[in-house]
Amino acid sequence: MKPKKRVLLMQGNEAIVEGAIAAGCRFFAGYPITPASEISEKASSRMPQVGGVFIQMEDEIASMGAVIGASLAGVKSMTATSGPGFSLMSENIGFACMAEVPCVVVNVMRGGPSTGLPTHPSQGDVLQARWGTHGDHPIIVLAVSTVRDCFEITVLAFKLSEKYRLPVIILSDEVVAHTRETVTLPTAGEVDMVNRIKPAMPPEWYIPYEDNIMGVPPMAAFGEGYPYHVTGLAHDVRGFPTQRPDEVTALMNRLFRKITQGFHEIQKVKPFMMDDAEVAVIAYGSVARSARQAVIEARQLGINAGLLQLITIFPFPRRFVEDVLRQCRAVLIPEMNMGQISREVKRVNQTDSRVDKLNRMDGQLITPEEIYGRLIKM
Amino acid sequence: MAEEITRLIHKYLRHDKKFPHIWCPGCGNGIVLGALIRAIDRSGLKKDDVVLVSGIGCSGRMTVYADFNTLHTTHGRALTFATGIKLAKPSLHVIVIMGDGDATAIGGNHFIHSARRNMDLTAIIINNLVYGMTGGQHSPTTPPGCITATTPYGQIENAFNIAELGAVAGASFVGRGTVYHTQLLDQMIGKAILKKGFSVIEVLSSCHVQFGRRNMMGSPVKMMKWLKESAVPSEKFTKLPPEDLKGRFSIGVLTDLDKPSYLEKYQQMCKGIKPQPRL
Repeated sequence: MKPKKRVLLMQGNEAIVEGAIAAGCRFFAGYPITPASEISEKASSRMPQVGGVFIQMEDEIASMGAVIGASLAGVKSMTATSGPGFSLMSENIGFACMAEVPCVVVNVMRGGPSTGLPTHPSQGDVLQARWGTHGDHPIIVLAVSTVRDCFEITVLAFKLSEKYRLPVIILSDEVVAHTRETVTLPTAGEVDMVNRIKPAMPPEWYIPYEDNIMGVPPMAAFGEGYPYHVTGLAHDVRGFPTQRPDEVTALMNRLFRKITQGFHEIQKVKPFMMDDAEVAVIAYGSVARSARQAVIEARQLGINAGLLQLITIFPFPRRFVEDVLRQCRAVLIPEMNMGQISREVKRVNQTDSRVDKLNRMDGQLITPEEIYGRLIKM
Repeated sequence: MAEEITRLIHKYLRHDKKFPHIWCPGCGNGIVLGALIRAIDRSGLKKDDVVLVSGIGCSGRMTVYADFNTLHTTHGRALTFATGIKLAKPSLHVIVIMGDGDATAIGGNHFIHSARRNMDLTAIIINNLVYGMTGGQHSPTTPPGCITATTPYGQIENAFNIAELGAVAGASFVGRGTVYHTQLLDQMIGKAILKKGFSVIEVLSSCHVQFGRRNMMGSPVKMMKWLKESAVPSEKFTKLPPEDLKGRFSIGVLTDLDKPSYLEKYQQMCKGIKPQPRL
């Protein structure tokens, strides 16, 4: 008998937990924070049901530490928070980048800076997600805009983090987090589950950080017969601290190369009515929902409008954005911040196309009317 | 004796990879590492079942030298990483090495909460009364009046008593030793490793370079003498008159309780939950 599709009514925060479980996540550590608390709540009831572990730690720093520890022990792990907590996690996220520990961090964005607007949406943490931890580092940042996205992109986040051995940040926001929608969850067989590659060689041959074609070395879990050293210090191929410029260069180059080589599958966008578009909206997160509606309405007026929705925000999907800039005479970037992605778009713009911003930082969602109003004038 | 030491070195140290170590001659860290390795050897644990986790500082380097699954974490967060490892794979024995600054200043919150949860970890805290690696700044355990790099006029803050802090926060096993009383240290670490729940071993250690030099104990010998003279076995300590207690501390097992650990409670809780892989 074919397994039945499951149609459920749930909010974005809950869908993230279901996506994580479907992707094989069995460890969740978190700390309460609005508007991400439902993720912890859901995980606290679901994890024990699937043989996993939920623990509420003493703060976000501890949550991130526990997530890295669990991943090193071989269990897919995640945490979820909002802006203030994400700031606290930053140091350990850098550890995960350096030591190449797969893990997923959800940041349900709320108004900032500081305590800001805890119950209102924002997109203020976009560049923090990319550059939050100190030191130059590669990282993957994905954005969700619907409840269905919350499920699917969480699965994708685990896939990428396991495959490329690095932390993946999911940016949600208060609107997506608390919107309830019906979703059709895929059956177990339909979920694209990817597990990290484990060493297959005899333990004495295992060199934990040795380069290969992928740039991603196989990862042993603690207690599987491959004892090795994990550190946040710059390390040689065996994982031991080093200060030799040649070894540090090789390490840093590989950390960046593994991402660059994977652009084809890491960078994801969702074009909507882009085939004959002359003006385009580039949007992500909950704003992409408004943008979609605005594009439909503009089309009804005879304007050839289109939407490029960014799923992957970083590494910045430059090739897709460049195509849009070449194709369209004007591009509008609505964001619930002062222009963090429009900055990126302007950076890659080598055409005469106009790049316009539409910004809102008052804790309110950008409406389809606002985007429509700007689109028809472009 | 010599063969025994050679055997331990070959079995448990990364002797052919990461030596010589970075510790100063006369440092107490090596004595703690020795005691830890002898305790693990006696306990009969397999090397691959042991995870050694450390934070940042001189003590943090211990994980580089010992040949187990080793993890050198961020400053103060060793216990949080260890918590993740233990919960994800309960079969592993997770031993955490921290310094006094690591465990009670930046990581103080994690320390008391690990103790409160009675998390199944062994915490060995090397207390040298100072931040050694960064140049000898004062730590939460620097005794009042002592001179350090950041208390040039003498320490005016009060000091933490790490062992007592661990005990009142809920650890099931607490002991204090020194790098002078090595046999006691060996035994206590051995007990702590096999104890279920959170066990804390505070080890008073000698940093003659950063602490001793500024406090009239500028050689390892002087520091050892100080440890020898100030340490009082815990059973005698309580009987001493108050005037004799000044500047002295008790050593030995201070707390040894049988109470359910976090992991036991979690597994107990899960027994009553119906498995439900899908919604």
